[in-house]
Order: sequence, then C-alpha cells, then structure tokens
Amino acid sequence: MNIFVLLKRTFDTEEKIAINNGRIEDDGAEYIINPYDEYAVEEAINIRDEHGGEVTVVTIGDEDAEKQLRTALAMGADQAVLINTEDDLEEGDQFTTVKILEAFFDDREADIILAGNVAIDEASGQVGPRLAERLNMSCVTTITSITIDGDTANIERDVEGDVEKVETSLPLLVTCQQGLNEPRYPSLPGIMKAKKKPLEELEIDDLDLEEDDVEPKTKTIEIFLPPEKQAGKVLEGEMDDQVKELVSLLKTEAKVL
Amino acid sequence: MNFELTKEQEMTRKMVQDFARDVIQPRAIDIDRNAEFPEDIFKEMGKLGLLGIPFPEEYGGSGGDTVTYALAVEEIGRVCGSTGLSYAAAVSLGASPIYYFGTEEQKQEFLTPLAKGEGLASFGLTEPNAGSDAGGTQTRAVLQGDHYVINGEKSWITNAEYARSITVTAVSGKREDGRNIISAFIVPKDTPGMKITSPYEKMGVRGSNTSEIILEDVKVPKENILGDPQKGFKQFLHTLDGGRISIAALAVGIAQASLDRALEYAKERKQFGQPISNFQAIQFKLADMAMEVELARNMVLKSAWLKDQGKNFTKESAYAKLFASETAFRSSNQAIQIHGGYGYMREYEVERFLRDAKLLEIGEGTSEIQRMVIARQLGC
Ligand SMILES: Cc1cc2nc3c(=O)[nH]c(=O)nc-3n(C[C@H](O)[C@H](O)[C@H](O)COP(=O)(O)OP(=O)(O)OC[C@H]3O[C@@H](n4cnc5c(N)ncnc54)[C@H](O)[C@@H]3O)c2cc1C
Ligand SMILES: Cc1cc2nc3c(=O)[nH]c(=O)nc-3n(C[C@H](O)[C@H](O)[C@H](O)COP(=O)(O)OP(=O)(O)OC[C@H]3O[C@@H](n4cnc5c(N)ncnc54)[C@H](O)[C@@H]3O)c2cc1C
Repeated sequence: MNIFVLLKRTFDTEEKIAINNGRIEDDGAEYIINPYDEYAVEEAINIRDEHGGEVTVVTIGDEDAEKQLRTALAMGADQAVLINTEDDLEEGDQFTTVKILEAFFDDREADIILAGNVAIDEASGQVGPRLAERLNMSCVTTITSITIDGDTANIERDVEGDVEKVETSLPLLVTCQQGLNEPRYPSLPGIMKAKKKPLEELEIDDLDLEEDDVEPKTKTIEIFLPPEKQAGKVLEGEMDDQVKELVSLLKTEAKVL
Repeated sequence: MNFELTKEQEMTRKMVQDFARDVIQPRAIDIDRNAEFPEDIFKEMGKLGLLGIPFPEEYGGSGGDTVTYALAVEEIGRVCGSTGLSYAAAVSLGASPIYYFGTEEQKQEFLTPLAKGEGLASFGLTEPNAGSDAGGTQTRAVLQGDHYVINGEKSWITNAEYARSITVTAVSGKREDGRNIISAFIVPKDTPGMKITSPYEKMGVRGSNTSEIILEDVKVPKENILGDPQKGFKQFLHTLDGGRISIAALAVGIAQASLDRALEYAKERKQFGQPISNFQAIQFKLADMAMEVELARNMVLKSAWLKDQGKNFTKESAYAKLFASETAFRSSNQAIQIHGGYGYMREYEVERFLRDAKLLEIGEGTSEIQRMVIARQLGC
C-alpha cells in the first residue's frame, strides 16, 4: 500500500511565544511536529505494518523542517520529502499548500493520505479536505479509528464528542483526531536508522510550478497575542451585596449582561 | 569549533525529554517517598534503546556516542534523580566495563542483553573498609582448578538486587613488589553463595536500588575474569573516569530542574505586592544558578566529546563531576530558599532535588577525590 502523511512543523503552543513586528519570533519558539500529524504518522506506520507497503512523509517548509521529518523517519516512516519553498515563496496560505501538494501527488499513486485534523498554529483545518477535493479522493475528517479491508475502510470519526461510523473506499484522505492512537517515542535504534533513510528535497520548480501559480489567496493582516489575563477580583461582604455587586460588574465592567 | 548538537543528538534529547516528562515525572514523588525501584520504567527505557546508547549495534546497542548518552542522563535526572542514578550506573558501571575490557564471548553473553535493555548490571567496587581507597579491597579471589572462588563483602552497590550480572573487584594475587593485584570478575545473578540485600535507608536517590553483597565461596568459571588479570585496578579507574561524565550529566539535570522550578515560582509568588522575581536578591540567585548550570553542562559535553574523540578525558571528567555535582547541590539549595516554606515541603519537589544532589558529591569518587585526581593531573 502506498501511504502518505502530510506533516507540518509548527511552534509549540504550550511554550511561550513572542511576537515581533507582526511575526512569531523564531529564536524563542520551540518547534515540534504538529501533534495531530503525529497521530497521522503513528497510524500510517500501523497501517503499513499490517498491510505492507511504504510510508512517505511530506512536508512543505524550509530546511529546519528536516528535523521533524527525521523524527517521523525515526518513528518508522520509510522515506520523507521536503518541499523546500524557502527561496521561492515569501508568503503562503492554505491555497498555496494545497496547490503544491496537488502538483506533488500528480504523478504519485496514493492509496491513503493521512493528515492532521488541524495544524495547531493556524488551525484552519483546510489542507486535508481541500487536497482531497483537488485529487478527487474520498475524504473523512477527525477520525478516531480506522480499519482497512481490501479497498474498504471502516472509520469512526469524532463529531463534537459523538461517534459517527463511516464506510468508504480507497483511495482515501483522512484527517486524524486525538484518540486515534498513542504516538510512539522514536527509539534510539530508530533515530540511528533514520540517518540512512531517504529524504528527498524538492523545490516548486521540480513540480512544474511557478511562483504565480501558488500565490496566496488570503493575506495575514496582523498577528497578535491574546490579551494578558487580568488578576481576578475577590468580592467581599454580605452574600446579597456580593451578588448585587457581581451583577453590576458584569453589566458595567465585563459588559456581558 | 562547533557547539551545535547533531540531529541524532537533538532528536534523542527531545525523545528522552518527552518520555521523562510523560512517564517518569508523574511518578517521581512516589518513587522517592516509597523508595520503590521503578523496574517497569527501566523495561520501557530498554525498549527505547536507552540502555544501549553508547554501544555498537553488533552488541545490541544503538551505536550512539557519549554526548548522546550524557544528554539522555541529563533529561532523566531533570525529573527523577533515583531513575537517573540507576540509569547512569547501569550503563557506565554495569555495561561499560564489559564493553571496554571483555572478551568477545563475554560481550556476547553479558553485554548484549544489557545493551538491548533486557536486564541491568552492577559494578561492585566499594567495601565496608574500602571506599575512596579502592586499593584497600579485601575481597579475595582464589583460583582453584578452572574456577575462581570469591569471598568478601561489597557495600552500596547500585542496582545489584535487579542485576543479571555483577562485576566485582577482588584481590587475586600479589605482585613482585608485594602489592595486591586486583582483578574484576563477572558474577551472574543467582550464583550460589552470593547474597544480595538492600538494608539501607537513604537520604536521597531513594528509589535507586542500593544493595549489600556478601560473597561466600562464590565459584565463577575462570573465563569470567574481566580483561587483563594484572590490570584490574587500571580498568576500574578508566571505568570511573567514564562514570564521572554520567554522574556530572545527572547533576546538570538536577541543577537545571532546580533553576526551572525556582524561576517559575519566583515569577508567580507575590510578596510585598510584587513577584519576588522583582527583588534583586532573588534575581542574583537565579542569575548565578543559570550561569552555573550552563557552565557545568559545557564541561560535561566537553568531557563527553573528548571521550568520543578517543582523547584523554581524565582531568576534564573530574572537573565536570566536581563542578556539576556541587552546582546541583547549590542550585537545589537555592531553589528551596526561593520557595520559602513551600520549598521545604515534599510536594514542591525541590527538597528532593537537594537530597538527591548530595549523593553526587559522594558516589563515584567524592569531591575530595575529584580534587586529588585533578591535582595529580596537574603534576602534583
Ligand atoms: C547511593 C550510593 C550508591 C553507590 N553505588 C555504588 C556502586 O554502584 N558501586 C560501588 O562500587 N560503590 C557505590 N557506592 C559507594 C561510593 O562510591 C562510596 O561511598 C564513595 O566512593 C566514598 O567511599 P566511602 O563511603 O567509603 O567514604 P570514605 O572513603 O570513607 O570517605 C569519607 C570521607 O573522607 C574523605 N577522604 C577519603 N580519603 C581521602 C583523602 N585521601 N584525602 C582527603 N579526603 C579523603 C572523603 O572524601 C569523604 O569525605 C555508592 C554509594 C552510595 C551512597
Ligand atoms: C516547618 C515550618 C514551621 C513553621 N512554623 C511557623 C510558625 O510556627 N508560625 C508562623 O507564623 N509561621 C511558621 N512557618 C512559616 C515561615 O515563617 C515562613 O515559611 C517564612 O517566613 C517564609 O515565608 P514564605 O514561606 O511565605 O516565603 P516567602 O515570603 O514567599 O519567600 C520566598 C522567597 O522570597 C524571598 N523574599 C521575600 N520577600 C523578599 C524581599 N522583599 N526581598 C528579597 N527577597 C525576598 C524570601 O527570602 C524567600 O527566599 C513555618 C514554616 C515551616 C516550613
């Protein structure tokens, strides 16, 4: 089976993030594999172990993303592709990403493509479904379980806390939700082996794309941090007075009533 | 000159950091309180290849280097000193001597299972009357036919109760000048006559297994002598040089954890109407801690690098062990101070850091012995 994983290198939202001139400060931020993509890598490896085939992990980014690709290889993926846009693209959006991936998959036979449900940095959740549309593949989002039998896939997906069961056929694109699996830690032998696994680097030129073809359709106007949490207020006095004060504060200060 | 870690080193550090945070950290308080050796955690670490980092693949290892190994020890030490000590001892004291001095057969039989993480091993050097002065070893080994018969006693041996084999040192004869010849012998667990108990109540590293070993007419095949029979003493000096790097790395982990906790707390804790991190008295403590942690880490990585390059690292590993262990003690003490009364309470963990750190100034050569090693290297 030809298994592909779409992987994004993102900053860790659990860590402190600094913004300077409307850009995330690279220096301070900690970079990781987008956690939902980690589920995708784990599931891809499990599918390969059960059904045979190869797992290819694809990312669009710059040289720094090699670290995350190597980590996926260390977990057990067979090969990786870095589509390096550093020299060609200043900006990109979901359209850019999908356009590049569409070109990438143009001459590849994918039986299944696994992506994350969202990338935790921009959280659009668009890349998976939009790519499936362009490739004319079935698409199931936010999956929490998948079993494949021949050309049929039985899937459970998370629907706002409820479970929906779906039967569909390959080729297929799925986006992975928390609960699908427990991603493994890359083992030491895995890390050492990853060194020798193929990591192909492409530029958009290699995919017969021009800069104009992938120009973003949207523009980021501003990036800013949420306002700092204000210190709480403890009300004092008789219970009745406290309730009155609370209501009035909710009206006048918080303006939620 | 390049201070950058390789991708493999970075990845290993990140993996161990994640593993330590997810699997070990939630158990650290209980491991200490109940003095419970986390055998299951070692099984997991074994599966991840952590017990075989610095050994080649042909012996079941991961083919990593000393730098990678030191990074792994640091990350584990950062969450749990007990697990960190048993880990460092298993690799540096248990497995390393067999790798460096063992015959091909010994490596196949005794090293491979260790490197694969299927078991732990110990190194028994210290005796009730021979600590810093290891030359004063009283345990004896006598060749009888094709067996050595060993009699004696070993104290404070890390992991011995859980070890599949223990390398013990013993006097095996006399040199022409009348001084003792000390050799090392691999004793498989369950060898009749070897009694292992853990009667100690420790101040720190309480979850690390520390055992007493009594050897009464313990018979091991002649082939179990480790390395050159004449050079046992030199061999364990070399083993201890390597072990120092890992103890130093463990110390850096505890010092880093102390800094992390103290910094976080200082920013949150308000007294006199502001975070205590606004007070210069607290800032200076944190500045000193941060500086010392980084200096200690640099020395650890440098001595590990020297070892990986096949260069002499005796002096540097003594620097690293001495400075890092004293840094860990100072940093954990300051972390308690910055926490005030809370720091004195177990649930804030910094008091455990101090108790754990203290061992690092004693084990694998006390601070005094490190200074002696350095002075000797200076030509005194
Ligand atoms: C938790 C724990 C785990 C251990 N694990 C192991 C293990 O796995 N294997 C093993 O073999 N041992 C192990 N040890 C033993 C440890 O290595 C010794 O405790 C250490 O080497 C010190 O020896 P000692 O305790 O006999 O102290 P002593 O040698 O009696 O030292 C007492 C004091 O005298 C000082 N001193 C001694 N000689 C001199 C000198 N010439 N000049 C100046 N000062 C001197 C020392 O620095 C120290 O301050 C462990 C100990 C502990 C506590
Ligand atoms: C075992 C025990 C018994 C105790 N018994 C009693 C008792 O019987 N009665 C009682 O009332 N209390 C008692 N205490 C509380 C004890 O007095 C306090 O812990 C102590 O006064 C410190 O206060 P704190 O813990 O709130 O630390 P904090 O005041 O929060 O101090 C935290 C750190 O900030 C530093 N700091 C604070 N302000 C400044 C500043 N302006 N400039 C520079 N540094 C600053 C402190 O020196 C400390 O290092 C006890 C505590 C313990 C642990």
